[in-house]
Amino acid sequence: MTDLTPAARGLRVALVGRPNCGKTALFNALTGSRQKVANYPGVTVERKEGALETPAGQQVMLLDLPGTYSLRARSPDEVVTRDAVLGRLAGEAPPDLFVCVGDASNLRLCLRLVLEIKRTGQPMLLTLNMADIARHRGIEIDLPRLEAELGLPVVTSVAVRRGGTQALLEKIDQALALPHQPNIAAGWSEPDAAGVRALQKEADRILRAAVRLPAEPNTTTARLDRVLLHPVAGLAILLAVLFLMFQAVFTWAAPVMELIKAGFDALGGYTDTLLPDGLLKSFVHEGLIGGVGSVLVFLPQILVLFLFILLLEDFGYMSRAAFLMDKIMGGAGLHGRAFIPLLSSFACAVPGIMSTRVIDSRRDRLATILVAPLMTCSARIPVYTLIIGAFIPDRTVAGVLSLQGLVMFGLYGAGIGSALAVSFLLKRLVFQGAAPEPFMLELPDYKRPDARNVLQGLYQRGLIFVTRAGTTILAMMCVIWVLATVPRPPEGATQPAIEYSLAAQIGHAMEPVLAPIGFNWQIGVALIPGMAAREVAVAALGTVYAIENAEEAPEQLGSLLAGKWSIATALALLAWYVFAPQCAATLSVVKRETGSWRWMWFLFGYMLALAYTAALVTFQLARAFGLG
Amino acid sequence: MSATHALSYPLPSRPMNQLPAHLGAAPLGFRGRIRAVQPLAGSLPAEEMERRLLELGFVEGATVELLHQGLFGADPIAVRVDGVTIALRRREAAAVLLEALD
Repeated sequence: MTDLTPAARGLRVALVGRPNCGKTALFNALTGSRQKVANYPGVTVERKEGALETPAGQQVMLLDLPGTYSLRARSPDEVVTRDAVLGRLAGEAPPDLFVCVGDASNLRLCLRLVLEIKRTGQPMLLTLNMADIARHRGIEIDLPRLEAELGLPVVTSVAVRRGGTQALLEKIDQALALPHQPNIAAGWSEPDAAGVRALQKEADRILRAAVRLPAEPNTTTARLDRVLLHPVAGLAILLAVLFLMFQAVFTWAAPVMELIKAGFDALGGYTDTLLPDGLLKSFVHEGLIGGVGSVLVFLPQILVLFLFILLLEDFGYMSRAAFLMDKIMGGAGLHGRAFIPLLSSFACAVPGIMSTRVIDSRRDRLATILVAPLMTCSARIPVYTLIIGAFIPDRTVAGVLSLQGLVMFGLYGAGIGSALAVSFLLKRLVFQGAAPEPFMLELPDYKRPDARNVLQGLYQRGLIFVTRAGTTILAMMCVIWVLATVPRPPEGATQPAIEYSLAAQIGHAMEPVLAPIGFNWQIGVALIPGMAAREVAVAALGTVYAIENAEEAPEQLGSLLAGKWSIATALALLAWYVFAPQCAATLSVVKRETGSWRWMWFLFGYMLALAYTAALVTFQLARAFGLG
Repeated sequence: MSATHALSYPLPSRPMNQLPAHLGAAPLGFRGRIRAVQPLAGSLPAEEMERRLLELGFVEGATVELLHQGLFGADPIAVRVDGVTIALRRREAAAVLLEALD
């Protein structure tokens, strides 16, 4: 990454436009890899900026504002964009120039936003992106006429083609060369319905004057939609896409996950040869390397999942998925747009909860955040595999289906079912009386996904996961290592060292509470690190049962557990993990996204209660059936 | 579709030659023009709802075509509004009043 500090002049340009207008693709094309992604201070809205050099040699800092439909600021993202356009974004100087990005093939709604922004009096120009698609479809745009009608410089651009931004860069130079004053638009006020209506009618008038649409509308999108939005076939295809996605998450990612695991094992082995026996060696190997490794191993799954999500988003399918799912999700009190965040939560609840920002209504967003951790995330998989492998017989049912596979499927189903039930109850009990948020969104024309765009998005998602989840879990692992290590066993100790540790004391203290659900103190100890990251419970069980390298040889740990636990205990633990007190990373992201400790504790409390109840019922039932 | 009984708009079952009362009651394939967008309180205050519809391009004079509808209760619907496709629920579409194309 190059130095992002602007030149002494400190020129700043901001991109503003509707979602789906190709703004991000344009930002990527203009700044290449010289990007910095962070958050705006105090809010969880993503702030993207990058450096670029204009043809005239000016150093410019380009800010990519969140997509917005209007300046009325209905979501946290839109508040940032409005404040930036009005020049009153906290801690930021007003930009020298606003580049309004419009989709040349779909100008109608974009022009209203342009007119709305123009009324703020900020220095701006309009770029018609995706000009190639528009030309291909036979849309003719009279640029001089459009410039005259809007009273703004207008230029076309093609973000996805090399050299497609040259004309835009030259226009930016011209605009910056004019005397301009970054200002604060003080006199702005939100337009009322009459104002919005007048703006849209003015936009339609300009559109009729300057743009000639082809006689034939875009038939590719219409033809695709006839199948993809078909009431029955559309839903079937959506299910097939999801099925393919999960297959890919589990099969494509596996070899890379093995590699990462092997890499960390090798690294751990290498540090063992460098360090003398003792506390430091144990800390580096089991605390640091083990902790980081246990998180990073899930990166391939997250990347495969996001590859699918980004491709589908770029293609224009995600809003269709929301359309198809709206009624089904609505029955459970969820918004159609909650579909994507809940889908992401199958990989990890952290990115899932982060992506709830697409939901405008706070109530709907909160409901989605509160049920997202019930989706079976990939961190539960190691726990499920360990216990299923050890306790569920490897035999087939009905000739073809594997019993172990069926149990796994049932656990996923239990997660989905409970998420729907909880959101239904939330609607009835917690958010009662609130009318459902309207479901209204644009279904953009389909377009071919752009490789650079997708890869850039993938890189950023991966980076966010590694840094955010990595830091929290690393810190937790250090704490757990300390708990499991101190105090050291006394001289002449006969039992394993862990028996003398704080962790064991905590585990024994928990025994009375855990006995009714069939958990022994060793499980209790493992549940604590399971709070940092669920999969760590496997390693923790291994440590507690004094088996080395538990995560590397789950079969070995499994057969040991099969000898020590009753099947009722095993089933209760599976039931517990369907609801599993969520990991620390999830809790911290819930706290940040809801901006409240209260909701975080609510989530923690209700999931803990569900987990305990589920484990209790499972254990007592299993015992009643003679499995104790 | 029996699932529509709980809804506050008429069944989308009128014959094509008869003008539906509003977009929320329009049948699949309906084509027409927007006569008025009225403030209609529902899940949102009336004015806010009206502005959101306007911002999605539902303005007087725009042509509309009902392209797709969902499986359950024929809801939500996908409407082509002067060249832009918008998905919304019939409940909200009830604020859009129609007139016949010439």
